[in-house]
Amino acid sequence: MRVLSHFSATLRRIAFLFRKEVLAILKDPANRVILIVPVIVQSLVFGYGATYDLNHVPYAVLNESNGEASRELIARLDGSGVFVHAASLRNESDIARVIDEGHALLVLHFASDFDSRLSSSGSAPLQLILDGRNSTTVNMAAGHLSALIAQFNAIRANATRNVVLSQVGIETRAWFNPNLESRWNIIPALIAALSMIQTLLLASLSVAREREQGTFDQLLVTPLRPMEILIGKALPSIFIGLVQASLILAVSLWWFRIPFNGSALLLYAGLALFATSCVGIGLSISALSLNMQQAMVYAFVSIMPLMLLSGLVTPITNMPWALQIVTYANPLRFAIDLVRRVYLEGAGWQDVATAFWPMAIVALVTLPIATWLFRNRLA
Amino acid sequence: MSVALADGLAIEAADLLKSFKEGKGKPAVAGISLGIPLGQLTALVGPDGAGKTTLLRMVAGLMKPDAGTLVVLGINVKRDPQAVQDRISYMPQRFGLYEDLSVQENLDLYADLHGVPANVRRDRFERMLTMTDMARFTHRPAGKLSGGMKQKLGLACTLVRAPDLLLLDEPTVGVDPLSRRELWRIVQQLVDEERLSVIVSTGYMDEAERCEHVIVMNDGKMLAQGTPEALREPADRCCFVAHPPSGVLARTLQARLIDDRVNIVDAVPVGGAVRFIRAAQADDADIAALLGNERSEAVPACLEDGVMTLLHAQSAAAASSIFATPSTSVATTPEDGERPVLIEVRDLVRRFGDFVAVASTSFKVQRGEIFGLLGPNGAGKTTTFRMLCGLLPATSGFLEVAGYNLRTARAEARGRVGYVSQKFALYGNLSAVENLTFFGGAYGLQGAGLRQRIEQVLDEFDLATHQHSPSGELPGGFKQRLAMAAALLHQPDILFLDEPTSGIDPLARRAFWRRITALSEAGTTVVITTHFMEEAEYCDRIVIQDAGRLLAIGTPDEVRAQVPDAADMNTAFIGIVEQARSQKPTTEKAVA
Repeated sequence: MRVLSHFSATLRRIAFLFRKEVLAILKDPANRVILIVPVIVQSLVFGYGATYDLNHVPYAVLNESNGEASRELIARLDGSGVFVHAASLRNESDIARVIDEGHALLVLHFASDFDSRLSSSGSAPLQLILDGRNSTTVNMAAGHLSALIAQFNAIRANATRNVVLSQVGIETRAWFNPNLESRWNIIPALIAALSMIQTLLLASLSVAREREQGTFDQLLVTPLRPMEILIGKALPSIFIGLVQASLILAVSLWWFRIPFNGSALLLYAGLALFATSCVGIGLSISALSLNMQQAMVYAFVSIMPLMLLSGLVTPITNMPWALQIVTYANPLRFAIDLVRRVYLEGAGWQDVATAFWPMAIVALVTLPIATWLFRNRLA
Repeated sequence: MSVALADGLAIEAADLLKSFKEGKGKPAVAGISLGIPLGQLTALVGPDGAGKTTLLRMVAGLMKPDAGTLVVLGINVKRDPQAVQDRISYMPQRFGLYEDLSVQENLDLYADLHGVPANVRRDRFERMLTMTDMARFTHRPAGKLSGGMKQKLGLACTLVRAPDLLLLDEPTVGVDPLSRRELWRIVQQLVDEERLSVIVSTGYMDEAERCEHVIVMNDGKMLAQGTPEALREPADRCCFVAHPPSGVLARTLQARLIDDRVNIVDAVPVGGAVRFIRAAQADDADIAALLGNERSEAVPACLEDGVMTLLHAQSAAAASSIFATPSTSVATTPEDGERPVLIEVRDLVRRFGDFVAVASTSFKVQRGEIFGLLGPNGAGKTTTFRMLCGLLPATSGFLEVAGYNLRTARAEARGRVGYVSQKFALYGNLSAVENLTFFGGAYGLQGAGLRQRIEQVLDEFDLATHQHSPSGELPGGFKQRLAMAAALLHQPDILFLDEPTSGIDPLARRAFWRRITALSEAGTTVVITTHFMEEAEYCDRIVIQDAGRLLAIGTPDEVRAQVPDAADMNTAFIGIVEQARSQKPTTEKAVA
């Protein structure tokens, strides 16, 4: 009975603190806007902007041969939907200029004997100049170009020999993302990544703000226990993190129309655990900081590496071995993995269990640290 | 320059008007016309929100008046604020010292900002450093100076160039009596030697009394102006001192007197007796009934009496409601006989690195006592206080509050204590009711009980009018009452108050202390820190700390008796601290 009444008193105190926290957050009109508008705008901007899909690659041509074959190849490039004809050059000295000034990412140089050599010997060299400053895009563009030339070669071979060869064709099927749109890869990851930024920031500021304004002492002299303060402060941030994740999910589902294949329950369970671990990091930062400015700096210093080492933009498997180990402490890495798999492939509980553990460990380490710091970090 | 204008006026204002919210609320300065002569020390006094700061800022050309004319040093400020600013120095309430820069670097910076030439600079710095007695500390970061030293440095930075007119906005708020005396010595010296015109706003009437000219403001209007002697006049022949019979506390008699808002203008405990002002129209029989058998004698009026009489006439109706409200915030009833010890401290020590903030301090507080911690800034009051409340662990020593060490005690023990911090520490964007609901809940109140308590404290602390506006935007006095209400919601046995009266005006302070004495009468133990020495007279017992050491402990009478001829607590305090410092000449007290 005693235990029970203790427990209900604890719950009541937490409920009062929770209410106060939510009120304090929502009463600020600036907060109300900050919590809703940026995530939606960011998810739209990144959805359109952060894409690896290749289109509109500007190229220039220096055609000194100007024969039938070279013109046909250029026509194929223009018809590919990937390349855009940016300029036709007169002489070799123009090449450097268009690349330097960024008018073209690549330049095709047909030598004057291109068409004659092709028709006489059946093969001719073609010079391709690439802008290496933008290596990722240019590599992909070069790949595309090779495929086009191979196709061109095959058709020419058929036409000249006038025989039908038995061809081996590769039919590619990309699972979970049939058109291999990078948007499908990025937006679900944003559900975790974007909601993390504000969850972490909100939690980082919560205790630091109270310390700066002097209200934290007033809180510490009440019968609220550190554990109750922790729960009362963590829950609103977790809740807001989940609301933000839902907003991005909605953009993904109904604006970008990326089909959801998994279990919503599983997705939210994963996101809740993820938000808890972020709040743990945030509250530890907050309890360590003496004022809001410090908390902000610590939060931003943490957010960058969390993002870069998450697999959001670069595959973890490409990182050096030591950094790969470090990513195990990054809840975002596992949250992105979990969201992508549940969202796109419809993974079940057992498939993503390995993603739950690291996030749980981060939460279990940071939350007690924050609790201890509440009382023992002295101004 | 000032000599040439010696016969002129430093400031000439006519129908000056300034309001902050167009259309809404009262204007901050509502039609002031005045003339302040050159080469004089002029004081600006009045309650919070009277418009003192606004007036000073307009004079400094930092704010444009909405209407009226304002001529400073013969220049129209509205038309040419820069020309005025080139000839005046203004020290705002919170002067912008760079805490990470040293004393010398701060001086250099302000000299650079004001374009003081290098050859003038050396003499000026030397004069300022000698005058403020800070030559020893030129390399110390400003952030590591005590409150009084910071103010002195602020004044020195303000005076890196020699102005024709000096404006000081409450330069002594939060400054202890010793530093206060020193600041005034510096200002007086400047007036005497440089024929400087100074306008200073202050909440201390004893400071205003030193000035040649005093302007009393209230509600944006000028209530009166003149020499201190002239302003005493309304209270002339109305001031008395009454001696309570033995066994009766001065504050009990004071409470009885001040509750009668019709016949009594003001009453304060002083030196074991009660000094009061009777209303001019009061009936002799009523006064006699109030005093009972206590004898009383007439005393000469001082400036504060005159000002209180003026303000009383203005606000008699408004103030009546906040006095004499029976307290509902007490859990226990007072008991007779030996009162139990509720707080015990033995050999308490707190060090920060090699700095000793509190050195071996011991005292006991009994149930129902009002216990005062007095001392200059940095004396260790707040550190002691934070240790008592469990906000700071002690380095060593024994400490018990209501049988617990609050730092390690279970949560329930904290539920018996109420705490009001020095700064307003409730949630600024929540309303009064929301704040009260949260703190009530945190202290375990709920449902109908909580709602009833909130109703009671709203009523008791006169908060109902603003109960739904964000509490951070309320006037200072209101915030202070709200903080008290939040701390008393759960009817604690012990109430901790850290400098609750700093920055609030005399009228509000009377009302505040009336509440405290009412709480104590009903059995609540009160521990309070203050640097208003006269407030020690309300306490049952006091402790005087300096540089972390406990210098005196006892009833106000006992402490006063330690210094020969000390008529009031201010003198006694200065005597005790100076004596202690002279005995320990190696201590660099000034930096503690």
